[in-house]
Amino acid sequence: MASTRKEPKSKYTVDRGMPGAFEGETVTRRRFMTLTAHGAGAGAAMAFTLPALGFAVGTAVFERPPVRWEAVGTTEDFPNDTYIPKVITMTTGIGEVGKTTVYMRARNDEIDEKPDPPGYDEQFVAVSTRCMHLGCPVRYVGASQRFICPCHGGVYDFQGKVAGGPPVRPLDRFYTRVRNGNVEVGPRYSVNSELRRFDSYRDPAQPLDGIGQYLYPPRLSTQKQ
Amino acid sequence: MKLPKPPLPSTLNPRPKRPGEPRTKPLDQAKEAGIASVDWIDERTSLSGGARWMMFRKVPKGTNWFYTLGSATMFAFLSQAVTGVFLAMYYDPSPTRAYESARYITNDVFLGEFVRGMHKWGSTVMVILIFLHMARTFFFGAYKYPRELNWVIGVVLLILTFVMSLTGYLLPFDQRSYWATIVAANITASGPIAGPYLGDFLRGGAEFGATTLSRFYAIHMLLVPGLIAALIGAHLYLVARLGTTAPPWLKPQEPEKLKEERV
Repeated sequence: MASTRKEPKSKYTVDRGMPGAFEGETVTRRRFMTLTAHGAGAGAAMAFTLPALGFAVGTAVFERPPVRWEAVGTTEDFPNDTYIPKVITMTTGIGEVGKTTVYMRARNDEIDEKPDPPGYDEQFVAVSTRCMHLGCPVRYVGASQRFICPCHGGVYDFQGKVAGGPPVRPLDRFYTRVRNGNVEVGPRYSVNSELRRFDSYRDPAQPLDGIGQYLYPPRLSTQKQ
Repeated sequence: MKLPKPPLPSTLNPRPKRPGEPRTKPLDQAKEAGIASVDWIDERTSLSGGARWMMFRKVPKGTNWFYTLGSATMFAFLSQAVTGVFLAMYYDPSPTRAYESARYITNDVFLGEFVRGMHKWGSTVMVILIFLHMARTFFFGAYKYPRELNWVIGVVLLILTFVMSLTGYLLPFDQRSYWATIVAANITASGPIAGPYLGDFLRGGAEFGATTLSRFYAIHMLLVPGLIAALIGAHLYLVARLGTTAPPWLKPQEPEKLKEERV
């Protein structure tokens, strides 16, 4: 059986009788040139593909926008039993598109639990209008003390917790602080159904209870406090 | 192959040349020039063989109007491409100017409303035609061996068309397109593990920002159309290479000659 099979060629070019072969040479010149040409082509293609890809992905995925604090009114402006809508700028330089509405009220010790983390001077609650189903804008209906989303029927209670419909977690909030008697609204943060704070805020439709907080990791583009 | 001449009455047949008449008239010269220039190109490129291979194919018996849905889809795409190119002459993909420029196209540019309407409604027509074409392929069994790869390319084309629909929807930049894009980006971001990063990639950041619109615009008018055009080329090549299928209600027929031989 073995005798009928062709003898395997030696890996040395000298043994294969190639003209001009060197002692100990295993890569033929044809093979070397082919590999070099292909390698050079691949290198040239990578030289423009990788920077272009990094250009498209880099800023989008890695860059953190600067932290903005925006004054929305004085400490007397906000009652603790209803919400006052205020417009803040989320993204600068793009006009109306960069603005969003936040619903503001003062802390109500009967409804709100202890501030978290302890020591943070959060005297005011700023609720984001971004629905946690798919991001439509919710509005606060004073008569029923509910936030209602026009798109797919999401309903939230006075605290922003889900009261009905498809949303997967309570409404996002914003950090608030008081400076010189003015209430300022800062970066956004997400909360899970127990109102536990997630500094690096998540997109809507990402549940943050149980396994959800691991399935939807914090992004590189959102600030940490 | 020489086709028989149509049976025309003798008065309509071209008259034979009279003696003494100049051999070539201007019309003949123009014809000669046309043939000569086509020959000049063909001698250098041999394109006529490829063109003949593409166009003069044998089609099975029973080929009917359903077989035109693919071409209809391609013409819908061509219509989108042409109207899109001209819309881009007036459109401005900046967040502060986009809505105004779209309004300008509709209200002020001559035929602007018509061309924009063609592009808008044409996109819906294209999606409908794709589904009809796909249904024809499915129900006629035209996706089976050896045409599986063509089905795969077709599905990629379908997805790319959806990408076009999604990215084009933002461009008018009114309330509907803005919120639809927010929802679409959040649906993307709702995928586990990779979702949040894909959402960032789509938006160009954590929030709908200054570059989201131009990002969608570049994808809509540069990236995806090129891919679609290339894949339509591959799709058509495979159609010409493999031929089309007969409708499923036709039974395979033995050639008359074979029947005679068997007897």
